[in-house]
Amino acid sequence: MIRRILPHPGLSAMLVVVWLLLVNDFTFGALFLALVFGVLVPLFTSRFWPARPVVRFGPDMIGYVGIVLYDILIANFQVAWIIVTRRNRDLRSHWLVIPLELRSPEAITTLAGTISLTPGTVSSDISGCGRALLVHALDVADPEAEVARIKRRYEARLLRVFA
Amino acid sequence: MTLFAEILVSALLVLGGVFVLVGSWGLAKLPSVMTRLHGPTKATTLGVGACLIASMIYFPFFSGTWSAHELLITLFLFLTAPVSANLIAKAHLHRQGRRIDPNPSDQIVDGLPPPLGTADWATFAGGTTTDTAIPGEADGDRRS
Repeated sequence: MIRRILPHPGLSAMLVVVWLLLVNDFTFGALFLALVFGVLVPLFTSRFWPARPVVRFGPDMIGYVGIVLYDILIANFQVAWIIVTRRNRDLRSHWLVIPLELRSPEAITTLAGTISLTPGTVSSDISGCGRALLVHALDVADPEAEVARIKRRYEARLLRVFA
Repeated sequence: MTLFAEILVSALLVLGGVFVLVGSWGLAKLPSVMTRLHGPTKATTLGVGACLIASMIYFPFFSGTWSAHELLITLFLFLTAPVSANLIAKAHLHRQGRRIDPNPSDQIVDGLPPPLGTADWATFAGGTTTDTAIPGEADGDRRS
């Protein structure tokens, strides 16, 4: 029954929070409208999300977000340093192939987005069978070590978040 | 206290400005499309992030109003920046892979590493939907 009314509880909660932040005013009217949207939008769009990804909200997810934010901060300084000091012909750019253990499209999208956001790497393509991610790295000394780092640091944690 | 907030806000603004400047300089200086993509996608994250944090500190301190819109700007930036970067990368892969682009770059034509499975990279995998769809998606299509 609760599944019928709230097919995606996470999406509903996010809609309510985003709506309240957009209105920027915590009143009863705003909260009521936010709840209406939080219930109606997932109901009408549930046909677009048939696979229903299982996301575990908890310490794993908070840890993942924290690590990504920290990496964005640190790696921004590294990329800025590379851009300012390194000559173009000394750049060691590489294509990396990251074998995926994640299977659900939502989890792979999250990983690809994380890779693009953390400076120095941009995810460019996925293999036709969805088992490998093509990533371009701006400057890496050891491509295999970089692939291992991404798998250990991000994918291992995402495997725990998307059970 | 006001002085402290002023120093903090100006330091964050300068930091953000420096990062956006370096990102734009990277866009002008780096040698190829794929390497250039690194400059601006990164400048948005920390450069714009620092400006938004400065704004979040400035308004409660100096005009007494509090606004959460900065958080939303960060959220939407984090959602959209990887998507646009991915689309530019895919367009570049197409132009290089089909030899539309007269200047070969980024070792795409001959140096792209092969994916692990039997299927090619999705960008080059041809028009059939069964090839390009990832397993979960194909599953879902049947059910709906």
